Amino acid sequence: MEFFRIHKTIPFMRHALVLNIISFATFALAVFFLLHRGLHLSVEFTGGTVMEVAYQQSADIGKVREAIGKLGYPDVQVQSYGTSRDVQIRLPAQKGMSSDQQSAQVMQALKSVDPSATQRGLEVVGPQVGEELTTNGLKALGMVVVGIMIYLAVRFEWKFAVATVLANLHDVVIILGFFAFFQWEFSLAVLAAVLAVLGYSVNESVVIFDRVRENFRRYRKMSTVGIIDNAITSTISRTIITHGSTQLVVLSMFFFGGPTLHYFALALTIGICFGIYSSCFVAAAIAMWLGIKREDLIKGTPVKRDGDSEDDPNAGAVV
Amino acid sequence: MNRYPVWKYAIIVIVLLVGLIYSLPNFFGEAPAVQVSAAKSTVKVDAATQGRVEEALKTAGLTPDLLTLEGGSLRARFGTPDEQLKARDVLQRTLVPDPSDPPYVVALNLVSRSPAWLTSLHAFPMYLGLDLRGGVDFLLQVDMKGAIDKKAESFAGDLRTTFRDKSIRGTSVNRNGQTIEVSFRDAAALQTAKQLIQDQFPDLATTEAQDGNNWRLTATIKPEAARRLQDAALKQNITTLHNRINELGVAEPVIQQQGLDRIVVQLPGVQDTAKAKDILGRTATLEMRLVDESAEGRAAELSGGPVPFGSEKFFERNGRPVIVKKQVLVTGESLTDAQPGFDQQSNQPKVDLTMDAKGGRIMRDVSRENYKKRMAMLIFEKGKGEVLTAPSINGELGNRFQISGSMTVSEAADLALLLRAGSLAAPMEIIQERTIGPSLGADNIEKGFKSVMYGFLAIMVFMCAYYALFGLFSSIALAVNLMLLVAILSMLQATLTLPGIAAMALAIGVAIDSNVLINERVREELRNGASAQAAIHAGYDRAWGTILDSNVTTLIAGIALLAFGSGPVRGFAVVHCIGIVTSMFSAVFFSRGLVNFWYGNKKKLKSVSIGTVWRPKTDGTAVADGK
Repeated sequence: MEFFRIHKTIPFMRHALVLNIISFATFALAVFFLLHRGLHLSVEFTGGTVMEVAYQQSADIGKVREAIGKLGYPDVQVQSYGTSRDVQIRLPAQKGMSSDQQSAQVMQALKSVDPSATQRGLEVVGPQVGEELTTNGLKALGMVVVGIMIYLAVRFEWKFAVATVLANLHDVVIILGFFAFFQWEFSLAVLAAVLAVLGYSVNESVVIFDRVRENFRRYRKMSTVGIIDNAITSTISRTIITHGSTQLVVLSMFFFGGPTLHYFALALTIGICFGIYSSCFVAAAIAMWLGIKREDLIKGTPVKRDGDSEDDPNAGAVV
Repeated sequence: MNRYPVWKYAIIVIVLLVGLIYSLPNFFGEAPAVQVSAAKSTVKVDAATQGRVEEALKTAGLTPDLLTLEGGSLRARFGTPDEQLKARDVLQRTLVPDPSDPPYVVALNLVSRSPAWLTSLHAFPMYLGLDLRGGVDFLLQVDMKGAIDKKAESFAGDLRTTFRDKSIRGTSVNRNGQTIEVSFRDAAALQTAKQLIQDQFPDLATTEAQDGNNWRLTATIKPEAARRLQDAALKQNITTLHNRINELGVAEPVIQQQGLDRIVVQLPGVQDTAKAKDILGRTATLEMRLVDESAEGRAAELSGGPVPFGSEKFFERNGRPVIVKKQVLVTGESLTDAQPGFDQQSNQPKVDLTMDAKGGRIMRDVSRENYKKRMAMLIFEKGKGEVLTAPSINGELGNRFQISGSMTVSEAADLALLLRAGSLAAPMEIIQERTIGPSLGADNIEKGFKSVMYGFLAIMVFMCAYYALFGLFSSIALAVNLMLLVAILSMLQATLTLPGIAAMALAIGVAIDSNVLINERVREELRNGASAQAAIHAGYDRAWGTILDSNVTTLIAGIALLAFGSGPVRGFAVVHCIGIVTSMFSAVFFSRGLVNFWYGNKKKLKSVSIGTVWRPKTDGTAVADGK
């Protein structure tokens, strides 16, 4: 089987400007939603109580909400969870009441409406745990960014490191933007997914930059734009097949993994889609605008061959 | 060109074998078992207990498949739940004669069904996290500031007594937070006191100051001492929790330190959170009382006469009665430390006790008045007291004294532990709790495994269809990757959680990247007209650099997750990181081994089965080269 029959190098960079403007607009939009709506943080971050209650028949969410509302909770979220018979209830932390009392009270109220209600799970998180998670999450993000930049700067060159990290942060912010826009629950698992995407999406940029470096060695007279276009073209089949395969697994998690893995898989899906796009257009284009050239990648004096002259017009092409 | 030397194949075979052996126990499932553990801190489950259990089961005509003694609990595995229940009843009757005061907990449990030869190779299945098996999970925060404040307070008291004893006049000792401030009337007193602190309180650091006619000495707990203190406090709290949780009869509780000042408690199978909390928070207390040495007391102790008025009868661990007075001299509150050690003169094991100033004063008075008499140390659990030891007083005691006598080294260590475990070193509070019902756990595990399986199958089908034989090689490499991942996790005895399963699924997706890179590269080489063998060689060679780069960057992200993540994120990160490492082995080294094995010996290899290699014709019209 063969999906990609590409005759010529595709001029990806010709559209770079337009696409980057679109990228920037999406990015700005994501930031706007993040600031405007904020993330719908899970109980792990905010502190509070989450109960999972199972019913024998499909649960009537309205009734559940009403029953709990009578207990005097001003802001209760009730949503179905997994199947129609399972309900998830989130209660904000209440002063002067222990979590047991809270859950016992709620269960009693629910049982008086429908005796078949059984508690399947309970999670209580104190507020200080949440604060720590947030700082640790940010620390992890920072460490990933710095670590990747150092590695890439050593293996390639600082321009590539900057381009890759910018492209990746672009992915991360857009994932967060999606979560903010749709108000999907941002849990620890989603945070893990976001950080995994960061590592994963760097792959893309690295594969392309690896090819750029190789092309610089091989095609000594090609312009930088040509080299980047060629690198993306010759790796595009791998890019799409790899991501397709990963996406297969992620979809399997999305459909079969149950509600707990739902948002995890969703974050990965967005990350994968934008990962392809950003490494092809954002990372490569930023690298191009930062002015990568042959000398950045090929250290030492190049071996002179016949036909190579010192004043090769393409040698240090800056676009 | 494409041949592996024999040693490389040997490595592959060895790794595969080891991987197989260690991943195997995960597939046997679990069998019903009965677990015996100690219900009290004074009871130990050891080889003698094992003998009793064996004996009891034999008389009842039951033979367990496997009987293991591990980490202070005994487990007997049975073939059917019926036998399990019978065995439980038998053991309950033999080991727990008095249900109101049980020395042992006999609980039902599940134990891996893996055969004995695997267990003897230390191949155990992965431990399932609570989200997969159901149970309660607590995160406890230890109040370290409280512990240090308490210690500073006890130091302040000690200093007060020491200064009085050494007749350093005109001092006043005050605790201010975690520092102790002492003021003096003259400089000479300050110098003497400073010397005294240096000699007798190695854990304190002092700074002096003078304003006007007032000399001040500020003593602080040295940072390393504070660290040691925190560490000891945490350890002691963990020990105490162990003792308390034992009585819940939980099959395999997990009590672990997390970070510097937190303790994770996981109780699989427990659904009653309220009871669990009640027991976690309950205190055992330690009391020191004098032994009733009167004629009546002696008689009661030796021949079982009536217990004299004002005294009580308690039993030692070995069942010997001790008659002690009702008056409590000192409680565990005053005991600040208990450490096992060796008496330098007699070279016998001993336990060193340290009391706070108040306790020390009482001990001094009591010991002076009751020279050569016995003093009992009692531990109260569940409202029932037991005599830990009742040594005789051989001299005047201060705030530091020792218990020695006919003890073995391990007995001394146990005694020290029990004395320390009597109470919590620092207050704790529950800051996070989770309950997962057993049905939710079963759901989670089923869904998790399904998603891994379907994802894996989908990729396998696709790879085989797209890359033909090379796709099959990649699929085999992927399966090996999964097996190695499971094997390593089992070897580490990691706890598998739902995020861990998610990471496994993701690892499959990421691992395939390396294979795709290689296969695409081989195709590309073929497209450019390389010979079959050269294409394979160049494909693997050139892809290697890229694979290394991309995996290292992914690994960086994984390590960051590991460093800063907690709980579920950590579980994810561990599997993620190991998955990256195993994928390097399976995708590069192992799959190359397969390819070399298949193609390496064919000298005149015409074509490679790697799916369609399409070549654009120079005139622009494309022609598919049907392999």
